[in-house]
Amino acid sequence: MGIRRMFAAFARPLSIGAFAIATILPAHAQQPIKIGSFLSVTGPAAFLGDPEQKTLELYVDKINAHGGILGRKLKLIAYDSAGNADKARTFVKRLIEEDKVDAIVGGSTTGETMAVIPLIEQAQVPFISLAGAVVIVEPVKKWVFKTPHTDRMACEKIFIDMKPRNITKIGLISGSGGFDKSMRAQCMQVAGKYGIEIVADETYGANDSDMTAQLTKMRQNAQIQAVLNAGFGAGPAIVTKNFRQIGMSVPLYQSHGVASKEFIKLAGDAANGVRLPAAALLVADALPFNDPQKHVVLAYKHDFEARYHQDVSTFGGHAYDGLYLVIDAMKKARSIDKAKVRDAIESTRGWMGVDGEFNMSPTDHMGLDLSAFRMLEIKNSDWTLVK
Amino acid sequence: MSAQLLQYLFSGLTVGAIYALVALGFSIIYNACRVINFAQGEFVMIGGMATVSLIASGLPLPLAALLAVGATTLVGLALERFAVERARGASVVTLIIITIGASILLRGLAGLVWDKNLHGLPTFSGDRPIAIGGATILPQSLWVLGVTLVVVVALWWFFNRTLHGKAMLATSHNRLAAQLVGISVRRVLLVSFGLSAALGALAGILIAPITFTAWDVGVMLGLKGFAAAILGGLGSGPGAVLGGLALGLLEALAAGYVSSAYKDVIAFGIMLAVLVLMPSGLFGERTAERV
Repeated sequence: MGIRRMFAAFARPLSIGAFAIATILPAHAQQPIKIGSFLSVTGPAAFLGDPEQKTLELYVDKINAHGGILGRKLKLIAYDSAGNADKARTFVKRLIEEDKVDAIVGGSTTGETMAVIPLIEQAQVPFISLAGAVVIVEPVKKWVFKTPHTDRMACEKIFIDMKPRNITKIGLISGSGGFDKSMRAQCMQVAGKYGIEIVADETYGANDSDMTAQLTKMRQNAQIQAVLNAGFGAGPAIVTKNFRQIGMSVPLYQSHGVASKEFIKLAGDAANGVRLPAAALLVADALPFNDPQKHVVLAYKHDFEARYHQDVSTFGGHAYDGLYLVIDAMKKARSIDKAKVRDAIESTRGWMGVDGEFNMSPTDHMGLDLSAFRMLEIKNSDWTLVK
Repeated sequence: MSAQLLQYLFSGLTVGAIYALVALGFSIIYNACRVINFAQGEFVMIGGMATVSLIASGLPLPLAALLAVGATTLVGLALERFAVERARGASVVTLIIITIGASILLRGLAGLVWDKNLHGLPTFSGDRPIAIGGATILPQSLWVLGVTLVVVVALWWFFNRTLHGKAMLATSHNRLAAQLVGISVRRVLLVSFGLSAALGALAGILIAPITFTAWDVGVMLGLKGFAAAILGGLGSGPGAVLGGLALGLLEALAAGYVSSAYKDVIAFGIMLAVLVLMPSGLFGERTAERV
C-alpha cells in the first residue's frame, strides 16, 4: 500500500502515462470532492455556527459511509470565522486559492456572507449561504444562493394569519437588537400589501426588565386589534408576561425568533394563546403524517440528536439543506464542474429540505415560499398547528 | 389619577426598588473605602443564578434563596479578602480596576459553571395580577417593594443603633480617627463587602421571577444601580434609595409619555443634568476644598 501511494504521488507530476495506469488506482478516484465552509463556530454567533458545523460533519461522514457521490468521497474543509467579516474574507480566499474547493456552504451571519460575495462572484464558485437577510439574494447574484427563510416571510405569514381574524390595525413592539430591527423594518415594508396598518410602534432595550409602560400605552389605543412582537431572547418573554399582567385581551403574535421550548418555559402560563410562525423542524412530531416535509425533518432530528445528544435547532437545518442542495446538483450534473453545478442548483425544483420545499429559479436564489413556515399557537404550554 | 399613570408608577417603582438595592450596595462599599465596586452587578447575577440552580436541585424556594444569599455573601467576602485586601495601600483607581477585573472573572465563571441560557424563577406568591384603580400590579412587585422597605429600615437600624454599624459610619467619616479609637478598619471593609454582596443577591432573587436571570444580567443592572447611586449622591443611604426609585420612575414615565426608544436617554440625560448642576448628587455630602 505504501509503495502504491508513493507511485500515486509520482504519477501526478509525471502526468498521465502508461506508468500511472500501471499503478491501477485511477488518479481521480483518490481525489475527494472538496466542500469548503466558514462558520461562526465561536464568538457571539456561536449558537448559529455550532449546530451548522456539526450538521455538515455529520452528513459528510454519512455520505462517505455510503460510498460518497459520483464514485468519490467528500472532504469537508471548514474554518471558524467567529462572526468576523474580515476573517470570513480571509478564509474564503484560502478556500478558493489554496484548498481549491468545488463548492462553498457557509456564512452563518449576514455580515460575513455579504463580505465574501465579491470574492465568490470573481472566483465563480457555487456558494450557499446560511444567513438570514433578504439582501443576500436580492438582487440575485449569479453564484450565490441561500437556504434560511427570511424575516420578511415571517411578517407575511403573520399578516396572512391576521386576515381571517379581521385584524387590520396592529401595534408593533420590538427590541433594539439587529434581528428585531431588521424584522421591524421588513414588517413595516410589507404590511400595506396585506391591508395591515401599523398604528403603534414601540421599542424596548436589550436588557430592559419591564415593558408594561409601552404595553399600557398600546392598551390605551382603542384602534389596536392585535400586538406583534418582533424579537428574541428575554424581551419577548417579558412582553408576553406583562401583556397578560395588564390584562390586554387582543391577540398577541410573536416572531419565529422565539420558536423554542425556552420561550414557553420562561413565559409560563402567559404564553398560552400566543401565535407565532415557526419552521417545521420545531414541530416535527406534531406534523400530520401526510405532510410531505415530515419524514425529512424527523430524519434530520433523529440523526442529529442521536449523534450529538443535544436538541436540534433550525440553524443546523439550514446547513443540511445547503449541503444537500450542492450534493444533489452535483449528482444531477454528473460532474463537479462549477458552472454546471451552479446551473443545476438554480434548476432545483420541488426538492424537499428541512427548511421547506425549494424551487430555485434564475430570479429566486432562495426558493422557499411561505409554506416553509407553520403558524403555531401555544396551548397548554405546548405547540399546536393552526389549521 | 388616571389608570395609565398609575400603571407607569407601579412599573417604575418595582424596577426602581431593585435599582435602589443595587445602589445601596455601591454606597456601603464606597463609604468604607471610597472604592466603586464594579462587581456589584455580578452579586445580583450570582444571587439569581444560584437560586435557580439550587431550586433545580430540589430545594424549596425559601431555603434556596437563603443559601444563595449566603453563597453570594461568601463571594463578596472572598473578593475583599483575596483581592481588595491584598492590594491595600494601593490607590483608589487601582482598587476600582481590581473590581472591574473581578466582575469580568465572575461573569466568565458563571457562564462556565452554569450556562448561558436565560432562567426564570417561580413567583413567591402566585401570578395573578392585583387590580388597583384600573392598573395592575403583580404580587411579586409587592414582594420587591416590601422587602426593599424592610431592608432599608434594617440598614437604618444597623447603622444608627448598633455599635458595628456606628463603627462603619465612623470609618466612612474619618478613617484615621476611627482607627485611633480602636475600630478595626479591616473588619469594617470585610463586613461592607459581605453586606453589599448580600444586598445584591437579594435584589437578584427578587427580580428574577419578573425579568429572568442569566450569566450576564449583572452588567446592565450594575450600571443602572451605579447611575442611581450617583443620582442620589454616592455614599448616602437615603440618596441611594431615592435615586433608585427616581431612576425607575423616570424610565417608566419616559417610555409611557414620550418614547420608549429614548427612555434610557431621558433617564440618563436627567442624571447628567443633576451631576452638572449638583455634582454631589441629590443627597451627597457637599464636599468643599479646605484651604
